[in-house]
Amino acid sequence: MTRAILLVGTAKGAFLVESDANRTTWDIRGPLCEGWPIHDLIVEPGSGAVLAAGGSPWFGPAVWRSEDLGATWTHSSNGLTYGDDAPGDPVATVWSLATTPDGTILAGVEPAGLFRSTDRGATWQHVDGLTNHESRPTWQPGAGGLILHTIVPHPTDAGRTWIGISAVGVFESQDGGATWIPRNSGVRADFMPDPFPITGQCVHKFAAAAGEPETLYQQNHCGMYRSMDGGLTWTDLSANGLPSDFGFPLVAHPRDAKTFWIIPLNGADRGRFVPEASAAVWKTVDRGDTWQRNDHGLPQHDAYLSVLREAMARDTLDPVGVAFGTKSGQLWHSRDEGRSWERITADLPEIWAVESLVLD
Amino acid sequence: MATVLLPRNLLDLFPGAERRQTVAGETVDAIVRELDVRVPGMRDRLVDAGPRLRPHINVFVAGEPADLDTPVGPNDTVHVIPAVSGG
Repeated sequence: MTRAILLVGTAKGAFLVESDANRTTWDIRGPLCEGWPIHDLIVEPGSGAVLAAGGSPWFGPAVWRSEDLGATWTHSSNGLTYGDDAPGDPVATVWSLATTPDGTILAGVEPAGLFRSTDRGATWQHVDGLTNHESRPTWQPGAGGLILHTIVPHPTDAGRTWIGISAVGVFESQDGGATWIPRNSGVRADFMPDPFPITGQCVHKFAAAAGEPETLYQQNHCGMYRSMDGGLTWTDLSANGLPSDFGFPLVAHPRDAKTFWIIPLNGADRGRFVPEASAAVWKTVDRGDTWQRNDHGLPQHDAYLSVLREAMARDTLDPVGVAFGTKSGQLWHSRDEGRSWERITADLPEIWAVESLVLD
Repeated sequence: MATVLLPRNLLDLFPGAERRQTVAGETVDAIVRELDVRVPGMRDRLVDAGPRLRPHINVFVAGEPADLDTPVGPNDTVHVIPAVSGG
C-alpha cells in the first residue's frame, strides 16, 4: 500500500504526518528528535533514511538520522565546526540538507557555510572553498540570520552545486566545492546603494525545474526570478500578475518543468503575512509568465499567516500533492496540484520545514 | 575519581548513558573528554569551538561555577546543568 508522508520540522521537534495514496486522513507522530528545533528534513536516496537538520539552544548543531522512519535516531556534529581558532561565531545550527549524485550529503549552516559528509552523516568536513570566497568579509545576515538555507545539487553531475545564502545571494560550484561563482546577475537588491551588486542579494529560496537542471526558479526578497542558463542571468517575473514581489517558499513540479508554486507575502516591512490577510497559493504552468491564484479551502478573511522558506513541499504522486506549514502551526494540504486545500492540523508548533516522502 | 551528574535532556540524546558517572580527570576539560570516550559524541553536545563550554551549558565543581580549565579534585561532585532558557 502506498504511504504518503509529510516530514515536518518545527521549532519544537520533527513530526511525521502520514496518509495513504488518497491523502484524505492523516496521522501525526512526534515530536521527534527530542524536541530539537528542526530547520530541514530530507530523505536519503537509496537508503530511505530520514535526515533532519537542526540545532539545540543547549547542545548545539547536529544532523539527525533515522533508518526506521523516525522510530529511532542517531545524531552527529563530528567535524561540523569552523575550528577552534576560526574567527567569528561558531556553528550554531544546521539549516539545510541535500544529497549529490555520488551519495555525498551536504549541510548548510549558520553562520553561513557548507559542510559535506561521505559517510552518511557520521562525520563532516568543511567545504572551505565557499568560506574562503573573496566576498566573505562583506556577507551580511538577513532577518533570519546569516544562513546557508538552500542547496541545489545538479541531478547527474556531482561536481556542480548551487547554494543560496541570506543576504548574500546564489553561488555555483562547478568543481566539487573547491571554488564558487556568484550567480546573481539581474537580481535586485533594493536595500543596497547599488541595486545590482555582484553579491548581497537576499535570496529566499530557489529550485531547479524538473528534468532541466539549468532552469532555476527563485523567490527573492526583491522579486520572483527565472534563469534558463544555470543562474548566469536572471529574469524578473514580479510584474506578471503576482500580488507581491516578496515571499519565501518555492516548490517545483516533480515532472513538469514549466510548473511551480509560491506563496507571496505582503512585504518585508508589512508583517510578512499573506496579502490582505487572505491566503492563496500561486501556481504557474508556463515558467512564471502567468500565474493562477489558488485559494479554494484556504481562509480568505483575517488570516495573518506566514509561511517560511522551507515550509512547502510536493509529493511525486499523480495528481501531485502539495503541502505547506505556517508559523502559527497550521499544516495545509492539496491533493489536486494546489487547486483546493484542506487543513490537516492547526496545532503544531511553529513550522519551519515540510518535506514529502512517498513509499510504495 | 570525581562524581559527575548529567542532566536528563542530555541523557535523552544518548540512550543507555548513566546519569551518575565516576570519572577520573584533573580538570573539567579532562572529565568531558573521558565522558566522550565512554559516550561518543557527548563532548560535541557540551563543548563549542574555542574550545569552551556551550553558552547555555553550566558546569559546577563542588558547587562553584566552572569552565573547562577549572581543576577537579578526586572527591568533587561535578554538576552539568543546562541553563534556564527557552520559550
